[in-house]
Amino acid sequence: MTLAIREKAPEFTLPDTDGRHHSLPVGQVTAVIFTCNHCPYALAWHDRILRVARDYDDVRFFAINPNDAERYPGDSYEAMRERVERDGGWPLPYLHDESQDVARAYGAKTTPHIFVIDTDGAVRYAGAPDADHRDPSLDAVWLREALDAVRAGEEPARAETEPVGCSVKWRQ
Amino acid sequence: MRVEFLWWEGCPSHPEALAELRDVLRSENLDPDLVERREIATDEQAARERFPGSPTILIDGEDVVAPDDGEPFSLTCRVYRLRDGRYSATPDADVLRAAVRRAKENR
Repeated sequence: MTLAIREKAPEFTLPDTDGRHHSLPVGQVTAVIFTCNHCPYALAWHDRILRVARDYDDVRFFAINPNDAERYPGDSYEAMRERVERDGGWPLPYLHDESQDVARAYGAKTTPHIFVIDTDGAVRYAGAPDADHRDPSLDAVWLREALDAVRAGEEPARAETEPVGCSVKWRQ
Repeated sequence: MRVEFLWWEGCPSHPEALAELRDVLRSENLDPDLVERREIATDEQAARERFPGSPTILIDGEDVVAPDDGEPFSLTCRVYRLRDGRYSATPDADVLRAAVRRAKENR
C-alpha cells in the first residue's frame, strides 16, 4: 500500500551509479522519485524532473530504480550507470533498489511515482510530476507546487495525485 | 485492410492509443471498428506474437513503427518518439495516418 500523506517516510540506504551510498536525510525537504530506464512515461518526464532538481538547490532529490533487472535488463545497474554516463551526469543521484525493499516500503506503484518529504520526515505529496507526460510545457508543476508549499511550511494544495506510468516490475 | 492492436493491461497507454488509432481510421474514411484487439498477457505469448511492448499496432501485418533490431519481446510499455523527438507512450498520430494511407495505396 502506498504511504499515506503525513505518514513517516521509511529510511533507506542505497548505492548510486558511482557506488556511493545515499540515505534519506534528516531535517531537509526531500523528493524521492521512483523511476527507471525503459518506461516511456519515465523517459518523457525525465527532463522536467531534472529541471526541478536544478531549480531547487535547497531540496535533496533521489531517483530510485526499483525494477526487476532480470526480466527487464534495460533497468540493470550497469544500464543505469551507462545512462548517467551517456548523459554526462545527472543533478540528482540515481539509486539502485535491487532488493525492491524501498519501493515496497513506500508502496511505489509506477515509474515515475514521486514522494515529497518534509523536514520532519513526513510524506506531504505523492503522485505524478504533472498532468500529462506528453506536454513538456507543464514543467512538473504538481511537483513544483508541492515543493514550494513544503519549503514554506504550508500544506500542498494538491497533496495527492494519481501516479501515471509503467507498473513497477516486481520480481516474480 | 487488417488493423491489429496488441496491448498489455500493465501499461496504461492502451485506451488512449486505441482511441487515437480509431480517430485516424475515421479521418481516413475507414471503419474504426475494423480494429482487431488482442491482449498479450504472458511473457510466452509476447515471445510467440513477437510483441515488443504495449501498444503495438500492425497494419496488414506490418508494425506501424518498426522495432529496433534486437528489441526484446516482453510485457512492457513500448517507447515511442513523436515527430518532434519527444518520448511518448503512444505512437505519433501522423505516423499512424501515414501507415494507413500506405496500406490503402497498396491495395
